[in-house]
Amino acid sequence: MRRVLLIVLLWLGATGVAGAQTPTDDPVATDPPSVSDALADLKSRDFDVKGRAIETIARSGHEQAEALLQALLDRKLVHDRAHDRIVLGEQADGGWALTDPLTGESLGQVDARAARPVIINNRLRERIRNLQAVAALSNANPLARREAAQRLVGTTDPTMLRALRERQAEESNPLVNGAIDTALNIALLRDPGSDLHTRLAAIDAVAGSLEPAVKNVLRDRATQTDAAAERNAAEKALKAIDARAARYETADTIFFGLSLGSVLLLAAIGLAITFGVMGVINMAHGELIMLGAYTTYVVQQVFPQGHEWSLLIAIPAAFLVSALVGIVIERCVIRFLYGRPLETLLATFGVSLILQQAVRLIFSPLNRSVVTPDWMSGALQINPVFSLTYNRLYIIFFALAVFLTLLTVLKKTRLGLQVRAVSQNRITARAMGIRSERVNALTFGLGSGIAGIAGVALAQLTNVGPNLGQAYIIDSFMVVVFGGVGNLWGTLTAAFGLGIANKFIEPLAGAVLAKIMVLVFIILFIQRKPRGLFPQRGRAAEDS
Amino acid sequence: MSMKRNLKRIAQVGIAAGAITYSGLVSAADTIKVGVLHSLSGTMAISESTLKDTVLMMIEQQNEKGGVMGKKLEPVVVDPASDWPLFAEKARQLLTQDKVDVIFGCWTSVSRKSVLPVVEELNGLLFYPVQYEGEESSKNVFYTGAAPNQQAIPAVDYLINDLGVKRFVLAGTDYVYPRTTNKILEAYLKSKGIADDDIMINYTPFGHSDWQSIVSRIKEFGSEGKKTAVVSTINGDANVPFYKELGNQGIDAADIPVVAFSVGEQELSGIDTGPLVGHLAAWNYFESVYTPENNKFIDQWHDYIGDDSRVTNDPMEATYIGFNMWVKAVEKAKSTDTDKVAKAMIGVETPNLTGGTAVMNKNHHLSKPVLIGEIQDDGQFAVVWQTDGLVAGDAWSDYLPDSKNLIADWTAPINCGNYNTKTKTCGGQTAQ
Repeated sequence: MRRVLLIVLLWLGATGVAGAQTPTDDPVATDPPSVSDALADLKSRDFDVKGRAIETIARSGHEQAEALLQALLDRKLVHDRAHDRIVLGEQADGGWALTDPLTGESLGQVDARAARPVIINNRLRERIRNLQAVAALSNANPLARREAAQRLVGTTDPTMLRALRERQAEESNPLVNGAIDTALNIALLRDPGSDLHTRLAAIDAVAGSLEPAVKNVLRDRATQTDAAAERNAAEKALKAIDARAARYETADTIFFGLSLGSVLLLAAIGLAITFGVMGVINMAHGELIMLGAYTTYVVQQVFPQGHEWSLLIAIPAAFLVSALVGIVIERCVIRFLYGRPLETLLATFGVSLILQQAVRLIFSPLNRSVVTPDWMSGALQINPVFSLTYNRLYIIFFALAVFLTLLTVLKKTRLGLQVRAVSQNRITARAMGIRSERVNALTFGLGSGIAGIAGVALAQLTNVGPNLGQAYIIDSFMVVVFGGVGNLWGTLTAAFGLGIANKFIEPLAGAVLAKIMVLVFIILFIQRKPRGLFPQRGRAAEDS
Repeated sequence: MSMKRNLKRIAQVGIAAGAITYSGLVSAADTIKVGVLHSLSGTMAISESTLKDTVLMMIEQQNEKGGVMGKKLEPVVVDPASDWPLFAEKARQLLTQDKVDVIFGCWTSVSRKSVLPVVEELNGLLFYPVQYEGEESSKNVFYTGAAPNQQAIPAVDYLINDLGVKRFVLAGTDYVYPRTTNKILEAYLKSKGIADDDIMINYTPFGHSDWQSIVSRIKEFGSEGKKTAVVSTINGDANVPFYKELGNQGIDAADIPVVAFSVGEQELSGIDTGPLVGHLAAWNYFESVYTPENNKFIDQWHDYIGDDSRVTNDPMEATYIGFNMWVKAVEKAKSTDTDKVAKAMIGVETPNLTGGTAVMNKNHHLSKPVLIGEIQDDGQFAVVWQTDGLVAGDAWSDYLPDSKNLIADWTAPINCGNYNTKTKTCGGQTAQ
């Protein structure tokens, strides 16, 4: 139980010391009848009635008030149909374990359909969160206080403003104070009764903030005020805010571009090995990515409690699964077709259909849900207009790490040396004692395995379903061909170049047209430079 | 799942993968053949294979009750493999070779448009169970999903009246259903006094997965002081990355709610809905609706499919209603002849799963209730609003200049799918 009675203290106008607990010996004695009435009101279908009930609970000062509101948000306040009462319910063994909301006494277990969570809508949810924010203003943790104050930015509710003012008098942390000041200044600007002098001071104080609420209130002042001084001040502040926001917007677009680029890089990098270095047109490349994504799903099923770390197991597992499938494809299909690109294309296309339908048979055609670990959810909030989403951020770094690892393998290891030798001149390499058959199988396995790793990352961004691969196969070929077949650095440049270009065109032309424009650009580019950005000499280049 | 059913399912899928028709064990003479035309492979398999199972379940139950007019029903399942021209071929095969008496099938509008000329030419009977853009009514097709006025318009009304929304983002996948729906919605919003500047329309390709910049633009569009909502006609797979991005960029349903027309329980079963709580969807059915009919249907479905975690959704209810109506109509007409059944269909009533009854109207569309639900953290929807009574499906939208004078009425004396009430003429037998 957290911060018991804080709401009460706030409503009474006294701010409590964080963590204060007022011991209550007898819960029944402090239980005003209104709380049970309010709970009964929650059975209503009318959201206005429920809203008033929530308000009553919050104001009641009951020691369970805060827990009840949280339970309402968590859908743990349920309507017990048999007894027609509102109780706390915890899902257990396919049914509900019920407890009394006020005393915590166990009320036994009922069937899943015998109880239904109390339904609240967005407005009520927001109301509860604001009430909780008021309570959180006295939290011991300054970050929680700041978050609470930021939540209340833009509010015009007098009771909430009173709570903010009371907090302001006590607050010593400058960050929290900044947020409270912004909230209070906006309220002041919204208040028709305030005088010009204080309004000008308020505009001056909020001018540095990027909060959307600030922008809105300034825009309203600039158009609604009669005083020229105020209008000028508001317009000036707006201009400064817009200029700052525009800079962050460019940074945003670059980040989006890098992120799209990293996805393209991941999808294409395995193909850069199989197609770029070995010269095999592998249409089943997308399905190898898909297998990696499904491996992530299976690993999560095997470790149901390990969502936070199971990705670390999924990466090597996906590499192995896709690599093995890749080696099987190479041994059974591709090795008979070296030097016959058209037949390879058809055969691997067939393999891709087989893999897709196999996945449909094993996992059903429905998409599978891959859980995103907490450390990959949400965003790194730099300021109100600029934030970097964690999943994208990690994937950019992950793509670069995979790229560098692969580069090291090719440049520094014996296998890498052999791969390069075979790709440059197979006959001489064989004459030097390299077993080119084995090298081919391992190289194809390496490229496929990396496709599997890409699947782990893509499972965090998109659907894990039988069609996952199809979505990326064209992009992968596009990147490899554009970058120059056989050149890993070319693949890197092409992926990030196309990613950023796409994201700069998208706001101007829309997502559909942006994609078309990028494709047209590549067609024209390939017309002029058929071997891509960084042409490379090698088996692939000589064959074509 | 029992071993026997497991084997049966594997056999079904395996045979269907080869796109070969299989027939049941019952001999053809004393059975009524029911064609099932849903993709079991390819992109649409994710949505359509569930409907195939629903039809097969309904047939099994009907046969346990003794069939229809004393005859057993015999399913004929074909796999059009998400390939639109193949839908037409398979429909032709069902009607000419297998000689089915009725077809349940199609999901995307393009597949329906591809089948339409075939069922009209061969005088077949098609039940189409998915919400769609309207602007069509065929003598041979019964539309048991929602028309725009049974989904899109009530949803927008809810946003304006109950949530006080003043700015709209119309986001959709780039194909016929979102384009037509958004055209209707744009006209409707303008008629409600929403300014041009307050409407942002955005289209994305099928299967779009990189939503960063679009979500970021929506966020910006929504931070201009007026309450903003997103009306989403984004189709199928693209929804998962869209909602993930919304969650990651911290767009809360309380600030910018998204109301979706193509997102149901099944689409949500592939994602963690924690960050999406409060976003909305408009349908005629939600699995969470507590009625005896619905509870029974869910139990039967779990029992049939052998998996308690499988959800039910709106197109399944539409299939359920369509199938029950067809059974009633056949019994009423005492025949499976297309013309007789089609005539008997009009006015047929069957119970909805959400309570009340659905009625088949003269324009081959249903009267059904409209519900709006908010996404919950368990992947289900909680109903927060519903229409007082039934809403009659409107084949031709009143908000588009081209179709506002058109009505469909398949009873005498009009007998026309696109009758112009101004000129008193029928535009032709087929749609459009």
